[in-house]
Amino acid sequence: MKFLTTNFVRCPIKACDSSPDSFPLKFQDTTLIQEEQDFNPQFIAAMLERLDWPAVVSVASDLGNNSLPSLKPENISWEDQENSQLLKDLHTLLLETKIVEGKMVCRNCHHIFYIKESIANFLLPPHLAS
Amino acid sequence: MSRPEQIAPPEVFYNDSESFKYTNNSRVMKIQAQMTDRSLELLNLNNTSDLFLIDVGCGSGLSGEILTERGFQWVGLDISPSMLANGLDKEVEGDLFLSDIGNGIPFRAGTFDAGISISAIQWLCNADSSNADPKKRLLRFFNTLYSSLKRGGKFVAQFYPANDNQIEQITSSAKTAGFQGGIIVDDPESKKNKKHYLVLTAGVSERQI
Ligand SMILES: [Zn+2]
Repeated sequence: MKFLTTNFVRCPIKACDSSPDSFPLKFQDTTLIQEEQDFNPQFIAAMLERLDWPAVVSVASDLGNNSLPSLKPENISWEDQENSQLLKDLHTLLLETKIVEGKMVCRNCHHIFYIKESIANFLLPPHLAS
Repeated sequence: MSRPEQIAPPEVFYNDSESFKYTNNSRVMKIQAQMTDRSLELLNLNNTSDLFLIDVGCGSGLSGEILTERGFQWVGLDISPSMLANGLDKEVEGDLFLSDIGNGIPFRAGTFDAGISISAIQWLCNADSSNADPKKRLLRFFNTLYSSLKRGGKFVAQFYPANDNQIEQITSSAKTAGFQGGIIVDDPESKKNKKHYLVLTAGVSERQI
């Protein structure tokens, strides 16, 4: 699972739908790899607008990276040369950083979801299915 | 020939040998590719290079590979571990999720610009276990899909309805969830090539996609 996806995935349990604690999930015991991807500055700039930055910072910290700025970079145009290093850094973080093993824990219901061989398992036991 | 969804639930039907057969059958591959192309045509997206898509019932990534070719970033969900394992073997670009869409799409509001689904959502009409209520599962799926799309986001699902009642069930659940749209039938006169596409929009957009 790419780092990018951690900024969107939430607890699927119905009872957690309206809880602000069902996102972001807490990542634990993770194994990461860096995998090269094509750099598309336009996509990164578009996603930047959509990112929940506090969640980016919190998940990065779960994964052992405490070096991110606490404020989201704003008004980043992909066509502006000045932004190219920032967009490359974000590309490395969002698309090239992959979680291949680990746990995702909902901060509301504390259910644990597993990532194995980079596939996130969100199947629910029957008593939690809606 | 029996329809797979009448034999067993998808995670049971698409076991390792079935998944392998399905993924490597060139006729199946060709039809899946055609339906993916047609779904993308129906989505009618203006731009491709900065969009984030969901593939519902992605299987082994036959449709996902086409999304990648077209320059889309995507996330795929499927209930069959062996289908996803085939996708891993092929090193598809999208992130793969093992998930039962009848329990909801596990993404926060406004995640995706658009989505496709090839030959999957008819499974939601089946009650596989005593406590599975198709009506509830369809509504849970469409409600959470609606919220996971950006306002104005589009979704196209090719599906194989067993009868008219399933078309009605699927369409009315989508509308209850807030979607606008309807069904397009390709080759309606041909028993063999007839294809159903559910074409939906999630509310009104701030920006054309
Ligand atoms: Zn939860």
